[in-house]
Amino acid sequence: MTPDLLTWLIPVPPLLAFFLIVLFTNKDKVLSHTIALVGIGLSWIWSLSIFLRVLGVEHFGEEENVIASSIPWLPVGAESLPMGVLVDPLTAVMLFFVSLACLMIFIYSVGYSNFGKPLDPHDQPGQPPHNGIEPLYSRFFAFLSLFAFGMLTLVVADNVLLMFIGWEIMGLCSYLLIGFWYARDYPDPKQITPRRAAVKAFMTTRVGDVLMLLGIVYLYFQTGTLSFREIMHANGGQAVSMLAGLDSFIPGLSVAGLIGLLLFAGTVGKSAQFPLHVWLPDAMEGPTPVSAMIHAATMVSAGVYAMVRLFPLLSAGWHHGGPLTPPMMAMAAIGAFTALFAATIAVAQNDVKKVLAYSTISQLGYMIAALGIGAYIAAAFHLVTHAFFKALLFLGSGSVIHGVEHGQHHVAHEASHSAKHEASAEAHDPSHNQQSAISNQQSFDPQNMLNMGGLRQKMPVTFWTFLIGGLALSGFPLITAGFWSKDAILGGAWEGEHFIVFAVLAVAAFLTAFYTMRQISLTFLGQPRTQAAEHAKENVWTMTLPLVILSFFAVTAGWVGIPEDFPVLGGLLPNWFHEFVGGTLLEHPPAEVFNLIPLATSLVVALGGLALGWLVYRNIPAGAEDPLQRALGPIHTLLKNKYYFDELYDFIFVRPVRWLSEVFVSAWMDKGLIDGLLHWIGRTSMRLGDAFRNYFDAPIINGAGDLVGEGVKRFGNSFRVIQTGKVQYYLLITMVAVIALGGVFLIFTR
Amino acid sequence: MIPLSWYLTLAAALFCIGLYGVLARKNAVAILMGIELMLNAVNINLVAFWHYLTPTTVSGQMFAIIVFVVAASEAAVGLALIISIYRRRNTVVAEEIDLMKW
Repeated sequence: MTPDLLTWLIPVPPLLAFFLIVLFTNKDKVLSHTIALVGIGLSWIWSLSIFLRVLGVEHFGEEENVIASSIPWLPVGAESLPMGVLVDPLTAVMLFFVSLACLMIFIYSVGYSNFGKPLDPHDQPGQPPHNGIEPLYSRFFAFLSLFAFGMLTLVVADNVLLMFIGWEIMGLCSYLLIGFWYARDYPDPKQITPRRAAVKAFMTTRVGDVLMLLGIVYLYFQTGTLSFREIMHANGGQAVSMLAGLDSFIPGLSVAGLIGLLLFAGTVGKSAQFPLHVWLPDAMEGPTPVSAMIHAATMVSAGVYAMVRLFPLLSAGWHHGGPLTPPMMAMAAIGAFTALFAATIAVAQNDVKKVLAYSTISQLGYMIAALGIGAYIAAAFHLVTHAFFKALLFLGSGSVIHGVEHGQHHVAHEASHSAKHEASAEAHDPSHNQQSAISNQQSFDPQNMLNMGGLRQKMPVTFWTFLIGGLALSGFPLITAGFWSKDAILGGAWEGEHFIVFAVLAVAAFLTAFYTMRQISLTFLGQPRTQAAEHAKENVWTMTLPLVILSFFAVTAGWVGIPEDFPVLGGLLPNWFHEFVGGTLLEHPPAEVFNLIPLATSLVVALGGLALGWLVYRNIPAGAEDPLQRALGPIHTLLKNKYYFDELYDFIFVRPVRWLSEVFVSAWMDKGLIDGLLHWIGRTSMRLGDAFRNYFDAPIINGAGDLVGEGVKRFGNSFRVIQTGKVQYYLLITMVAVIALGGVFLIFTR
Repeated sequence: MIPLSWYLTLAAALFCIGLYGVLARKNAVAILMGIELMLNAVNINLVAFWHYLTPTTVSGQMFAIIVFVVAASEAAVGLALIISIYRRRNTVVAEEIDLMKW
């Protein structure tokens, strides 16, 4: 098969899988997951073959040396918008990790959804399963497949529009998957339910998406094309420099700058940057593997990917070492701020998934900040490595939760068993017992890290892989992938003399290392703090295998981007990533200059954070409060409550909107004004109609009609006697008439 | 030379006889005969007017011939109708044939 045809085919199998499952095999769980796995498997194999194929191409990505093909698709007036695929080095790298990560979630989900166990009769569709197979198992895989389709479409798209389509499909899947357990309710009304989290995510990202769509429209309006290559590569990037020279209607901002800012707004929504970050932590309400993985490793990366892809547009007019363009300024500021801001929140979270969620926001901020300061390669590099270790961490946390839930079931079962024993003398209702066991486990939070501890021995595979992921996240020196990519970003910031960004990112890196170690210590080290943790068990191979595979990449993915002049290690492996992905841009970015200060900084913050985290949290007894709570006091409360951003948005946006819709629009305008007007019109029309009927229609029109009919009837009645049927009689009448008429004729014509 | 008025008088007399027959006779066949008389009275009129007023053209004769044709056809149809009625109702009395009554 030719490479471009193969590229076209990459997103197709998951889409087919989606439709097959939804339309035909929904009832059959085994068939459904087989179809889904085969679909994503095909996509993965094809992606891998494309990746391996382009690896061998010399100077891939430069000039016209890419895989590209497109067809006219959407006729718009005289023009027609094309749909096409493009594989350049960036796409190839994305394909490699996206398809792999998707495949890993698919496999992991088989185990996570308790495949192989019988359906628990207590489980309701739309609620997390207690101990049996997920009731909506097939639907789960259908959504996953649709998600994979959206992501792969986005990656292979050769124009902004198609990318945006993939983007929105993922937005939909995100909504569907966050709200997958739609029937779940919590006793605490303030705790966000999956339903509300889904709506929140959808609405929040919508804010960004609308702005992004505006940017796309503006871009098309200005350039007449949406193709990446035509905008950014044709004639040496002529279109981009043209846009950079054009003044927009906002003073001081070029057209390229305005478009860049609008497009960046989309990323702020999708990649959960401040101030639209609020949806991502709540997205953790979805099933752990998917929601977490999608909202950590792949989908949220789409925002960063879009920015990397559009980097020449965002940086139009910028040259290395020069002043930043407005979009880059925005990215650097928002990215760096988000990185620090989210890291501080993560420090005070107790939910194992929430920590990772904030860590994701923080890491995405890193990438955005890196792009903002022009460290293009470093951003792309961190995107890849982050995808691996964050996927690993999330799947690991899912494994932990699953294990603890298992322990909890064990405990509840024991408890019910012993209760039964005690009550065996008297008549006993077993269903009641079951009920109490279930209600008991609902009050227990299997995601709270303070309920864990000591899982190292219970779940060794999860522990070791999680440890690798955690070290990669904190940037443990030399070995892990996170170190190299983070170092590249810090190095870029230092080298570009963006010292504020550098300082902020360094502090964020320190916090990252700290909360990661806090998480690892609380979860795996020390002694079990609850009975559930005591009885936690390692999960099935479908869940641990993806962990092992991902942990391999979490380490090795970093080795492809070691700077050339790094002491000792540099040069052992060529800086392949820089060379390869650098080919995406028009001009090869300059090689990273090695500098001791950023390296020293990243060493200090990573090791320092890890050490501090370990010292503080290595042995927390059961029931003890977080030591940080004492140390930070009210600040801890502030962090724990996420700076009250949810409350703030609730106050600024949600409540006014509710008031507007409920009181103003619904009660006053709709029910009062519009309905009132309509009712008035209705009543008036009715009265008018009544009047017409009673005073015009009935007496005059009907009267006249009736009069004609009645008149004719009476006339006929009185004259019918002359219709005798006797022909001679008629003749006689005729004769008389003729004579009479003749007489008249004679008289009047005389 | 017999004046035109004589012919007209004859025709009028003949017409009146025919009319009387039509109105007064009971037998449908007789009524039909009365009609023939009336038609022939008209024919006399036509021929007389032709002869006295426009002898150079043939239109008067032509009218007379057309009336003959009409009379013959009418007699044929009328008799056929009467026979048909007779077969069905066993009568030829016009008074009794009053199916078209209200």
